[in-house]
Amino acid sequence: MSNRPRVVVTGLGATTPLGGDVASTWAALLAGKSGVRAVSEPWTEASSVKFAARVAIEPSEVLERVEMRRLDRSEQFGLIAAREAWKDAGSPVVNNERLGVVVASGIGGVITILDQYDILKEKGPRSVSPHTVPMLMPNGPAANIGLELQARAGIHTPVSACASGAEAIGYAMEMIRTGRADIVVTGGVEAAIHALPIAAFASMKALSTRNDAPEKASRPYDKDRDGFVLGEGGGILVIESLEHAQNRGAKIYAELMGQGLTSDGYHIAAPDPEGAGVTRAIKYALEDSGVALSEVVHLNAHATSTPAGDIAEANALAAALGSDIDHVAVSATKSMTGHLLGGAGAIETIFCVLALHHRLAPPTINIENLDPQVTIDVVRDKPRALPAGPIAALNDSFGFGGHNVVLVLRSFE
Amino acid sequence: MALTQEEVLDGIKEIVVDVAGVDPSKIEMTKSFNEDLDVDSLSMVEVIVAAEEKFNVKIPDDAVTQMGTVGDAVNFIVSASNT
Repeated sequence: MSNRPRVVVTGLGATTPLGGDVASTWAALLAGKSGVRAVSEPWTEASSVKFAARVAIEPSEVLERVEMRRLDRSEQFGLIAAREAWKDAGSPVVNNERLGVVVASGIGGVITILDQYDILKEKGPRSVSPHTVPMLMPNGPAANIGLELQARAGIHTPVSACASGAEAIGYAMEMIRTGRADIVVTGGVEAAIHALPIAAFASMKALSTRNDAPEKASRPYDKDRDGFVLGEGGGILVIESLEHAQNRGAKIYAELMGQGLTSDGYHIAAPDPEGAGVTRAIKYALEDSGVALSEVVHLNAHATSTPAGDIAEANALAAALGSDIDHVAVSATKSMTGHLLGGAGAIETIFCVLALHHRLAPPTINIENLDPQVTIDVVRDKPRALPAGPIAALNDSFGFGGHNVVLVLRSFE
Repeated sequence: MALTQEEVLDGIKEIVVDVAGVDPSKIEMTKSFNEDLDVDSLSMVEVIVAAEEKFNVKIPDDAVTQMGTVGDAVNFIVSASNT
């Protein structure tokens, strides 16, 4: 284990409901702004949910018209965030055979499938776009980023519902640790705000129906939370071996220390109320990373604002943190971004990186009455300063299917 | 209704600009779709379907495989519109 290359974060990119890039997203996050808005599209008329967290900047404002035409919305988000991240990393000239891409999506190009099915029904099979398959495949975002950067060490797309983005980053770290790559572009995207996914999640009673106050609908840990808010967008990181980063004089945001992966074996969609799989994932993540709980000062929680999920996670965190619970500032940033599904673990890892880098934990908004069952230390309403010296942060992500992923990051001195 | 070569070329230009985002001044009769205009085999399908709709002609798949240049497509459509 001691011979494994160390892995560091050297580039960040994002397009989210809070901003079209990392800087604007982070500023809105610290200001406690909500990215959730009423949606005035025809399908909302019949829908029990009439709001969502759409991206702040439409891809059409940033991309060429032909890119818009040939790329699914999820691929557009991926390309926008990857271009920012790669530029942020200094647009390095690298050996392409040592460059990998691991970018996830929970659902893939669902909007393309639905749009092309409409065309099939209305105009017949000959009118179905020849770009349909490359647009709907879940590996499409990763493949398009890989094509643009001419990555040749391997392109991968782990799929684990709402844990996908975090799982991708863990996979990317392993590519470097096991010597398959020196540098990897990694993260997650999602574009599923459309009548069918909304109806499907609503049918599971998973979504908030707070139509009279959309900006207050995502309220993790609040007593009156009633479900998650569907968001869209993506986050991309450039990670590389410490040696590769230092040889090229890259700026280093933080170190990616390790990961813990478990599965519940409990239910296809419901969380294990004991949260045993989450507790084990945290334990494994700390063992893998060699980080002590005493160093952990911040945690970006999965906390989607569902009645059952938030409590299961809070209980699992309390069990895993034990007596260290009082120095871990927990942020539930989905209160502002909504839930980006396969993009969530990626943007939240970026938020952890920035929290360590700026030593500032972002707030959780919309907690009017904290659920009395919650015993973790939630950062509410305003950002909280994190201590000086070496500090570590955790990001946990869970997905339908019982997937649990915990990533460990540490400040880099 | 019979179409002139000029009418068809203008229509093809519009379609290729839309499908491939090519500078319209580059689109000439002698240009190769694939090599000069960034119209790959997937985008060629889009061009053909759009052309069928625009000019109200049928372009069979075996004719498409013979269309290397803009001129090939224009000439096929002009003669198809005359029959």
